[in-house]
Amino acid sequence: MTTTSLTLKIWRQAGPQAAGSFQTVATGPLSSDMSFLEMLDMINERLIKDGKEPVAFDHDCREGICGMCGAAVNGEAHGPEERTTLCQLYLRHFTEGSTLVIEPFRARSFPVIKDLVIDRSAFDGIISAGGYISVNTGSAPEANTMAISARQAEDALNAAECIGCGACVAACPNAAAMLFVGAKISHLALLPQGNPERSRRVIAMVRKMDGLGFGNCSNYRHCQEACPKGVSISNIARMNREFLRALLEGEEE
Amino acid sequence: MQLNARIPPGPLPEKWDRCRFETTLVSPANKKKFDIIVVGTGLAGASAAASLAELGYNVKVFCLQDSPRRAHSIAAQGGINAAKNYQNDGDSVQRLFYDTIKGGDFRSREANVYRLAQISNAIIDHCTAQGVPFARDYGGQLANRSFGGAQVSRTFYARGQTGQQLLLGAYSAMMRQVKAGRVTIFARHEMLDLVVIEGHARGIVTRNLITGAIASHGAHAVILASGGYGNVYYLSTNAMSSNVSATWRACKRGAGFANPSFVQIHPTCIPVHGDYQSKLTLMSESLRNDGRVWVPARAGDHRPAGQIPEAERDYYLETRYPSFGNLVPRDVASRNAKEQCDQGKGVGPTGLAVYLDFAQAIAQHGEAAIRRKYDNLFHMYQKITNRDPLAEPMMISPAVHYTMGGLWVDYHLMSTIPGLFVAGEANFSDHGANRLGASALMQGLADGYFILPTAIGGYLGSNQPSPLINEAQQAFQQAEAVATARTTRLLAIGGQRSPDEFHRKLGSLLWHNCGIARNSARLRQALHQIPAIRTEFWQDLKVTGSGAELNQTLERAGRVADFLEFAEIMVHDALAREESCGCHLREESQSATHEAQRDDQNFSHVAVWEVDPEGGSPQLHKEPLTFDFVTPSQRSYA
Repeated sequence: MTTTSLTLKIWRQAGPQAAGSFQTVATGPLSSDMSFLEMLDMINERLIKDGKEPVAFDHDCREGICGMCGAAVNGEAHGPEERTTLCQLYLRHFTEGSTLVIEPFRARSFPVIKDLVIDRSAFDGIISAGGYISVNTGSAPEANTMAISARQAEDALNAAECIGCGACVAACPNAAAMLFVGAKISHLALLPQGNPERSRRVIAMVRKMDGLGFGNCSNYRHCQEACPKGVSISNIARMNREFLRALLEGEEE
Repeated sequence: MQLNARIPPGPLPEKWDRCRFETTLVSPANKKKFDIIVVGTGLAGASAAASLAELGYNVKVFCLQDSPRRAHSIAAQGGINAAKNYQNDGDSVQRLFYDTIKGGDFRSREANVYRLAQISNAIIDHCTAQGVPFARDYGGQLANRSFGGAQVSRTFYARGQTGQQLLLGAYSAMMRQVKAGRVTIFARHEMLDLVVIEGHARGIVTRNLITGAIASHGAHAVILASGGYGNVYYLSTNAMSSNVSATWRACKRGAGFANPSFVQIHPTCIPVHGDYQSKLTLMSESLRNDGRVWVPARAGDHRPAGQIPEAERDYYLETRYPSFGNLVPRDVASRNAKEQCDQGKGVGPTGLAVYLDFAQAIAQHGEAAIRRKYDNLFHMYQKITNRDPLAEPMMISPAVHYTMGGLWVDYHLMSTIPGLFVAGEANFSDHGANRLGASALMQGLADGYFILPTAIGGYLGSNQPSPLINEAQQAFQQAEAVATARTTRLLAIGGQRSPDEFHRKLGSLLWHNCGIARNSARLRQALHQIPAIRTEFWQDLKVTGSGAELNQTLERAGRVADFLEFAEIMVHDALAREESCGCHLREESQSATHEAQRDDQNFSHVAVWEVDPEGGSPQLHKEPLTFDFVTPSQRSYA
């Protein structure tokens, strides 16, 4: 078995108002096939045994799809691997003996709850502002009534792949949520079903996003690099076009 | 315990229509006077919450995660079935019904399964209208694929992330109702108890996972859509927080638990790599279309795969099942893999895997063709294991994936407690003893979008509960006190071991004694050992921190405590079912050629367990299954 030993500097913060600091932990040799979160599990098991508070961190599916996990590793959201969530990182991705600084995603709109756990409910707020197609159950036409090109469906799915993890916000120097919002706007604007609400939607979602304290895009592209699903920054451009178009059409909230 | 399935009379195709016609309606003006609680925000919960709110009810929605969008339905890969017959390949409602009931090995209700097949088409229509980007043909029509051994192509999909796209559709519909003011979301809340007043479900007690506050929430009806209990085995393909607590709490308040031993074990998962392993990852079983399963012929042969000559390999599925070979159903593939590992022929560092070899397919079709077909799966495998499946055989291993058992519900999805409805994987309703691929998403959405809106109206319309539910009532106060006392007790044990240690121990016991193949001796042994682990748990558990804060160790401890109780009825159920059926081989009930033998004479029933909250023996009730429209047949794969 190949092993990896690491030194971890983990952000510890007892509560939203408490001051935080880094706790240093030496992992000792661990199997290189162990996942990053399994490493945290193991450290927590040791802490519990010693009667100390384990590190609070969010996680659920551990297959990179639920979007619950996330932390910055050496300043990079979800760590060094491209297109990878924190739960899909393995210790073999790190050099033997290296030091990892593990921090929560930091953004004004994502307050820290405890240790690595943050509050991302702002994302739900943005979706409820307009991230849907208003169709009541029961009223849908037959599914093949409207032909949609395979390409269009693919493009919509590329945008709809967003898992809502918040890495884009954490990676952005302005803590902008524009990749997240742009992805949803694009997904729905690319489909004919989304057309009737297109203008109303973009205005409502953008206003909500601004109201929640997220910053603006200034083309750093860090969001796209951090995104575990490879959601493209072109979605932000589309959102801006949609927004402008809606304004020109005279759509108001 | 009364088990009246309330199946509408009349011919199978007319039952659902008849049910909708005969169900009492709630007038539009009165709907806003009723509060409904939904626990869980997966496909079933989110779709129910959205649809009920669209009708005008006030809906309170609870989930463990930080956002309702993260429920474990999101991880479903394959697809969703519907009887559209878009491919003109002979599909129909009747055929989807028959495939589902046969796939469940004739252990589900005809009426429920037929309704599921009838509703399947409306689900696809609705999801398409919501903007779910299903795969399409070049002509722009919806694409289908054949899935899980079906002879027709009826599976709709969005790449390998159908569950994600369907869930985001249901979540978005629900968030639209949040804006409309008819849905309130309580994220990071865990249900600790069900409140029953005068025999009717009237609310729940929850713990706010951030502040630790324990509080009551009243309603006129409660829907549990809290998912399956596969994590009782510790290792499964479920999300880490998936648990049995909500349904088990309801069971302890009087809801019957149906067929708890029916658990689906999926053959093609990425193997366990060490004792630190936290969960298992599923890979689509389509891999078996081109991969050949083998192990070394000699136990203890630890040579690398490439150094084992053909003559010293055992392609055990091909030898044992010459006509189906590597494509035998999930349960047969899983059972045989475990048998080989138990005989010491397992491969990989833990000896818990078998090979799935693509060498022959590559030789035949070329590496490029095979890579194109399975690229995303190979990529996933390589990412997790750091091995290249094109250069050496893949290693696979069976893993717990889905639980067909769940709270007993009648045709209207109501449990044995009036006013308590159960949807999705949390109920037992449609999959019998084995679920077909791409049917879980269909059932969750059928329950939530279409069945519950009718059923809840029927219940409220005919029972006319008092508009005011007072959370200061004694029953709420008592349930809160019980929940608080339990939390305090968990924190006060002051032992040495973490919740996970007990969970691992329970999981390993169940995997070996109540897993794929079962026999009476091992089941009895498990029944003996579970109470011992439970006693140890309550004596030696260590939970750090306090109850008045975010405390993930405390959360896990509560869930493990429930698994330790629930496991017992699961084993009781497995012991009582002395037949092989669906996913399970009962070793005493097989033919000379190792074929599973079902026993319709004695076991054509739903086994429903009534639990004694004081800890006495659980009581078994039976709902007989009758087949008026199909004739049960025995499976054969030899």
